[in-house]
Amino acid sequence: MKPIPFEYYAPSSVAEALDTIAELGYSGKILAGGQSLIPSMNFRVARPGALVDLNNIPELAYIRPNGDGSVAIGTMTRDSKVEHDAEIKRRFPLIAEVMTYIAHPQIRNRGTFGGAIAHADPAAQLPAISLLMNADLKLLKKGGERWVQAEDFFLGPFMTVLEPDEMLAEVVLKPLPARTGSSYKQVSRQRGGYAQVAVASAATLDEAGRCKQVRMVLISVGDTPILSKEVSRILVGQKPGQEAFEAVAEAVAKGEIDPGTDVHATADYRRHLTRVLVVRSLTEAFQRAAL
Amino acid sequence: MSGKVFGQSVTRNEDPYLLTGKAEFIDDIELPGMLHAAFLRSDYAHARIKSIDVSQALKRPGVVAVYTAADFGDYWRPGPLQVPPPTAIKGSVFHARTLVPIAKDKVRFSGEPLALIIAESRYIAEDAFDDIIVEMEPLDAVVDLEKALEPGAPLVHEDLESNLAAHVVQERGNYEEAAAKADYVIKRRISVDRCAGAAMENRGLLVDWNDRTREMTIWASTQAPIPLRNSIAARLGLFESQVRVITPYIGGGFGPKIMTSQADDVLLPIVAMWLNRPIKWIEDRRENFLATTSERDQLHYAEIAVTKDGIILGVKDMFYHNTGAYDPYGMTVPLNTQTHTVSNYNVPNFKTEVKMVFSNTMVVTPVRGAGRPYGVYVMERLIDYAACELGMDPVEIRRRNLIRSDQYPLPTGIIGQDFVEGVLDSGDYPEELRKAVELIGYEKFIKEEQPRLRAEGKHKGIGVVCFTEGTSVGPYEGARVTVGANGKVNVSTGISTQGQGHFTVYAQIAAEELGVDVRDVNVTTGDTGHFHWGAGTFASRGTGVAGSAIHLAASKVRQKAIKLGSKLLGVPEDQVELCDGKVCVAGDHSRFISLGEMAMKANPTRGTFEQGAEPGLEAVAYFGPPYGSTGAGALAMIVDVDPGSMDVKIEKLAIVHDCGTLVNPMLVEGQILGGLSMGIGNAFYEQLKYDENGQLLTASFMDYLLPQATDMPDEVLLGHVERPSPLNELGMKGVGEAGAIPTPACFAQAVENALADCKLQIAETPLSPSRLFELVKKSTEK
Ligand SMILES: Cc1cc2nc3c(=O)[nH]c(=O)nc-3n(C[C@H](O)[C@H](O)[C@H](O)COP(=O)(O)OP(=O)(O)OC[C@H]3O[C@@H](n4cnc5c(N)ncnc54)[C@H](O)[C@@H]3O)c2cc1C
Repeated sequence: MKPIPFEYYAPSSVAEALDTIAELGYSGKILAGGQSLIPSMNFRVARPGALVDLNNIPELAYIRPNGDGSVAIGTMTRDSKVEHDAEIKRRFPLIAEVMTYIAHPQIRNRGTFGGAIAHADPAAQLPAISLLMNADLKLLKKGGERWVQAEDFFLGPFMTVLEPDEMLAEVVLKPLPARTGSSYKQVSRQRGGYAQVAVASAATLDEAGRCKQVRMVLISVGDTPILSKEVSRILVGQKPGQEAFEAVAEAVAKGEIDPGTDVHATADYRRHLTRVLVVRSLTEAFQRAAL
Repeated sequence: MSGKVFGQSVTRNEDPYLLTGKAEFIDDIELPGMLHAAFLRSDYAHARIKSIDVSQALKRPGVVAVYTAADFGDYWRPGPLQVPPPTAIKGSVFHARTLVPIAKDKVRFSGEPLALIIAESRYIAEDAFDDIIVEMEPLDAVVDLEKALEPGAPLVHEDLESNLAAHVVQERGNYEEAAAKADYVIKRRISVDRCAGAAMENRGLLVDWNDRTREMTIWASTQAPIPLRNSIAARLGLFESQVRVITPYIGGGFGPKIMTSQADDVLLPIVAMWLNRPIKWIEDRRENFLATTSERDQLHYAEIAVTKDGIILGVKDMFYHNTGAYDPYGMTVPLNTQTHTVSNYNVPNFKTEVKMVFSNTMVVTPVRGAGRPYGVYVMERLIDYAACELGMDPVEIRRRNLIRSDQYPLPTGIIGQDFVEGVLDSGDYPEELRKAVELIGYEKFIKEEQPRLRAEGKHKGIGVVCFTEGTSVGPYEGARVTVGANGKVNVSTGISTQGQGHFTVYAQIAAEELGVDVRDVNVTTGDTGHFHWGAGTFASRGTGVAGSAIHLAASKVRQKAIKLGSKLLGVPEDQVELCDGKVCVAGDHSRFISLGEMAMKANPTRGTFEQGAEPGLEAVAYFGPPYGSTGAGALAMIVDVDPGSMDVKIEKLAIVHDCGTLVNPMLVEGQILGGLSMGIGNAFYEQLKYDENGQLLTASFMDYLLPQATDMPDEVLLGHVERPSPLNELGMKGVGEAGAIPTPACFAQAVENALADCKLQIAETPLSPSRLFELVKKSTEK
């Protein structure tokens, strides 16, 4: 369990990092917190010819609340910083809550917010949360910048629209409308373990207590985090309630997910669990929206 | 029984070294000119080797040598049988097929070594994997235990007629007659799957051959330093005194490190001689999962015969035991299963039959619990099925059948891992059960809390089981106790330490006897240069057996000190006492000689010497029990089952345990808690899962789920019952495996209780939410 030989670059500025990844092309890989990359290199599953380490670039680690209610998070911001940030807690309580499900404190002290999103693990929380909130992602390359919405970012397991010479630089979380409640429900085998299934949802009520808008993301039941379409089709304009949530659960389980069987769980169980967690997550999100 | 330090929760002597990072582990050791080894391992579980071409690997810069079986000539031969066959049991059949040092002609499990690469670094050695071309012809794999014995099944060892490795039948009374008289006979098929030892530190070996002195020094992360030294010396044609095995600090053992005939043990010493350079091999986690030993894939067809009052008339258990591709460790594990199936209860008629089976999976040797958990699992499940059939309370049925405290010593009629009839030496099982029931609040939970919770839609359940733990088995251990000129005491014993706290417990035993500060006792374990007789660390015997030897040696030193003290102080022996590092006159401590000075005086360098005397304040002693002492206990737990997700949370756990005299209650507690976490793993998390091709599907901690500190129950209550063993002077029994043994059985009962409305009957372990979901679905469909 030792990696193959690789070159190592430690740029000290974003510009230098972009130059380096442009030069290396496919043989280079960005090293963020290393909590996913290093183990897969040790297993020789990942065999990069060179690492470009972003850990010496302080300008990539920040949490910046914007005037419009959004918050910009630099890609190298450690998970634990996000977890304990007062402004995040105030504006996006769900994010602070979800962070505690990601592994253990030691890993959150190293793992980065942007790294997790760029890694695009279908069982991971942060890609799903970015999708739930349709975060704006700032991608940089030498001499260029583009913005991609989370909805357009994930292509498959561990696959995104990032080009080899591109870097995820910033994640912008847009403000939530008034009367929005959110919820995260997960079942994992061990505390801090990956989700067998998880469901994140954010629901907004109108003044009459009907569902104005709702988003829901399903984790660990497909190649990417899955943004449900059924949930808004069924709930928008309706009074939320158990029966409607069960209808959503049924529609999601039948049509929107594609869970697999592995050593931990059968597809059948994951489908069942999705139903259970959809109802629980929607129930909590709408309860919180009504507060 | 407790004294000034004996019996006290003394903090650990070793902790300052461990906590400040000063403790030296094997991978901390760097020697000049040291090379690194890596094994290329087979992906196939069962295949014929056509050819192995290492020529490209040899060309890689930094690769020093590459070896396959062919390169070892006559040195290549199957390893020793580490544990003798069960010839003491009449009619037993045992086919020894010991581990081969490196695969030759054919591979028998996925992970078996094919080639050994020696390089300037482990990185380079692993790079060379890609250079080696292996041609293999895959064969059908044997994985399923029942299919393995069907005619026409592929053969793991083609020189045998079948995959049957061993067959042992033991019976006391006559089960069939008992069953004929019973009101109920309940039969079930019960399966238990494999688990890993999963020590934090993997195995490792560092071999240094000195061509000038013709001596070999080996640092090893082993539980059996002396057997390892003996087998290496024998194979190399050296005297034992030419080979020194040292165990540095070791990060856990849990069983698999008892092995002394793995590829590294056998091959690295000779290669170090050939190359005349030190070689280090540190097992990585993947190798540990694939190719170190693991435990306990068993399939039981068990039945219990009871009267309508719940009195057990007999138990019959026919089981298959998977030994993996080879059986170097004899039958220790299945014999433990046999001895632990009925040991808590009066079962007048008991028949137990094991068919041990070869398969294309990694070798099975003891892992903490070592067969015991599954004897207990089968028995406790049978009792629960019977209780369910009779509509009887699970605690009540146990109460009616437990062995009483006045029945000891109680011969069991069943021969165990030490090849003598098991005898229960002491204990009080009814008291343990009573205390556990009280600690968990059984009555209140059943009568008040559970009905209230049910009404709220909550599914909480309770379980209570009993268990025994055969411990402190023979043959023997020894120790040397020496008072130094510095006035401090040195203790050395042959067994090695993997973190249990031996440096403290042994110090307590010696300090109590010699009246010195426990911090002034230096303990050396597992260094054959210091002490070179003994067997090893297994079966919860470190304190009971080696501790007893230390006690005996320390007593001898005490006698010596008193004798010499009486002479030097001019008072009769009965007026001499040892305290605070001094030998003094009883009643007048101002008249004394310090132990350091005594040590000097006991070793005169001029003048005359008393005939027959032995120099120094030093003594050696050995201790071997006639049979092992039996610890026991009762475990109760309350679980909360989420009926939606089928996730289970253990809310509260109460364990009452008897390990005889508690030498250090804090360390006993640590052993029990550690064992419980392993038991919780075996119940709900850990599973080494093979597919039908013999591929291990759980070869990393991503897939092999080890419960972590954060997965332990919120509340664990401990209770002790102290019934000293008559088998050693200090009354000690072991406790190392206790927590691991009863947990799966208790968990199953508690989950069934929580899901009582589902009519669920659990007959397997480990479980998972997904598996529980399937089981509930099946039982409600019925
Ligand atoms: C024991 C353990 C348990 C874990 N449990 C969980 C869990 O429960 N849930 C969970 O979600 N995660 C879990 N993780 C993963 C952890 O959260 C990772 O840290 C995270 O997924 C990746 O972040 P990182 O900063 O470590 O990225 P790295 O490992 O450094 O990189 C991951 C990948 O992303 C790429 N990358 C990183 N940053 C950028 C960037 N700015 N631009 C472009 N590409 C980039 C890298 O090239 C690499 O391919 C666990 C990890 C461990 C070790």
